[in-house]
Amino acid sequence: MVRPILEIKNLTTALAGGAITILEDISFSLEPGEVLGVVGESGSGKSMLALSMMGLLPKAVRRTAGRIVLDGEDLAGLPPDRWREKRGIDLAMIFQEPMTALNPVMRVGDQVAEVLRRRGLTATKARQEAVGLFTKVEIPAPEQRVAAYPHELSGGMRQRVMIAIALAANPKVLIADEPTTALDVTVQAQILDLLRKLQKERGLSLVFITHDLGVIAEIADRVLVLYAGRVAEIAPVRTIFDNPRHPYTRALLASIPEINGPRGRLVTIEGAVPSIGAMPKGCRYGPRCPLRRDICEQEPPQLGRVSPDQAVACMEPFGFARLPEEALV
Amino acid sequence: MSSVTLDSAVASHGPTWHVASRLLHNRSFVIGAGLVLTIALLAVFASGLAPFDPLRNSFRTRLRPPDATYWFGTDHFGRDILSRVLFGARISLTIGLLTALATGIAGTLIGATAGFFRSLDNPVMRLMDALMAFPAILLAIAVAAVLGASVPNVIIALAIATTPHTARIVRASVLVVREHEFVEAARALGATELRILFRHVLPNALGPLIVRLTYVFATAILAEAALSFIGLGPPPPAPSFGSIIAQGRDFIAEAPWVTIFPGLAIIVSVLGLNLLGDGLRDVLDPRMRT
Repeated sequence: MVRPILEIKNLTTALAGGAITILEDISFSLEPGEVLGVVGESGSGKSMLALSMMGLLPKAVRRTAGRIVLDGEDLAGLPPDRWREKRGIDLAMIFQEPMTALNPVMRVGDQVAEVLRRRGLTATKARQEAVGLFTKVEIPAPEQRVAAYPHELSGGMRQRVMIAIALAANPKVLIADEPTTALDVTVQAQILDLLRKLQKERGLSLVFITHDLGVIAEIADRVLVLYAGRVAEIAPVRTIFDNPRHPYTRALLASIPEINGPRGRLVTIEGAVPSIGAMPKGCRYGPRCPLRRDICEQEPPQLGRVSPDQAVACMEPFGFARLPEEALV
Repeated sequence: MSSVTLDSAVASHGPTWHVASRLLHNRSFVIGAGLVLTIALLAVFASGLAPFDPLRNSFRTRLRPPDATYWFGTDHFGRDILSRVLFGARISLTIGLLTALATGIAGTLIGATAGFFRSLDNPVMRLMDALMAFPAILLAIAVAAVLGASVPNVIIALAIATTPHTARIVRASVLVVREHEFVEAARALGATELRILFRHVLPNALGPLIVRLTYVFATAILAEAALSFIGLGPPPPAPSFGSIIAQGRDFIAEAPWVTIFPGLAIIVSVLGLNLLGDGLRDVLDPRMRT
């Protein structure tokens, strides 16, 4: 196996001095050139995960445990200023809202150039390179558009600018937090195509966060399903769709309406995600799970391998028994 | 943008351009700017426009009412009031402008520090609150009395008196802007906090400050007059609006023109600045944006 470019180990974040955990015991790795899709519903901790990796957690939230190893270096062990230096060079992020993630009083080309200048380019060189990047992200008339202000561009164009900014950083790992959610469906498809193309061309290592399984199917190599701040399942994208093992993943897939399927009420998952601070003691999905047994309520199930590339945090595939040591991830 | 063009040549108009075009359609701004500009031009070209030397004494022309030679009349030293008002505009506008600038710089630094670096918020703003507890004019009088009467000291006194409120306004708008996503995005690109503050937060937070400074400008002209009136303004014989009025005070019954014309000059300047400020506020106020 290749050495992963990014490795998250037992990451736990908590509110209010550790009493209320938000993310719990998250572990996964990302190989160079791989696209890892992170899916989960609102409040599952997707964005919190992105912010933890960037070292940009809000003040009230603390990382209470875990390592974030980027290319062999544990970022969590670095002083904040060294971590900051990594951002925009080794790590970059694309935000969800292209309408608000650009500085309204700065020309978009300058916002790209600003990142390039951090990598040591001269002002003139950075400006030229910005035009090149605009071409790369398929912005028409790039020479003119670099001088535009954000409000003069459409949502899709702005998201292309955001991608150009991320490419300018030329990061080891790119985190995309719902980059298509705020866009029209047709624009969504264009942006997705562009991201996939750039990812292939440049061999980008990408963590792609979304709540949209359709988007995941389009872009991801592997998928991590997040539920209430815990990893429910990790598997290659085909396996997730063809042979999901976690009841939550199954329920999620079952709730996608089929275009040619029978008409009727949409399938939903009973109940709601438990709120932060009121998490069940055992499996967090337990209260909504049709397969629940008593053992599920005793302690949270550990992530165990059901096959070399599929891991599930559920007792059911293991016959509701304690996980054999070698199955532990 | 009124017409839709399909060709790729995008004429780029920045936010400044949009604001400028809206301002030119704002009546209050246009009238205010016209008044202020007129007075400013009169002040700048005072030496060419003034019919007489504003400091020349002549007992033969003492307290003449306005006539064809002395349009605004003369004071008790026989000095031409029109010339004194024109030169007075220089000093009064300079005091107003420099006070606004000094307050703008101090208020921005203090307000930005308090709004952006949250741990400094309490100590800094409580100090500002303490200063605000004094009526501004009283504070200015106290500072001017301690420092002595001179143009720079008047500016310092007025700047100290107007800074707390300005800092409060900057702080409030920094507090709003710092929560925007582009600030987080800049942070995600490794920008240092100082760079974020000066390059991303402040340029987006200056609208309310600009409006505030037009009022500081107007207030400073009024306050200068008040300080002059009680002898804490720029020392004689140099004319300022306030000092001309102060010197005409003793003759107000027999020679009202000595006080009326500089008074009118103050009214026009302050009215112009306030109209200008109102226009700016209407255009820059985020609640008015669509």
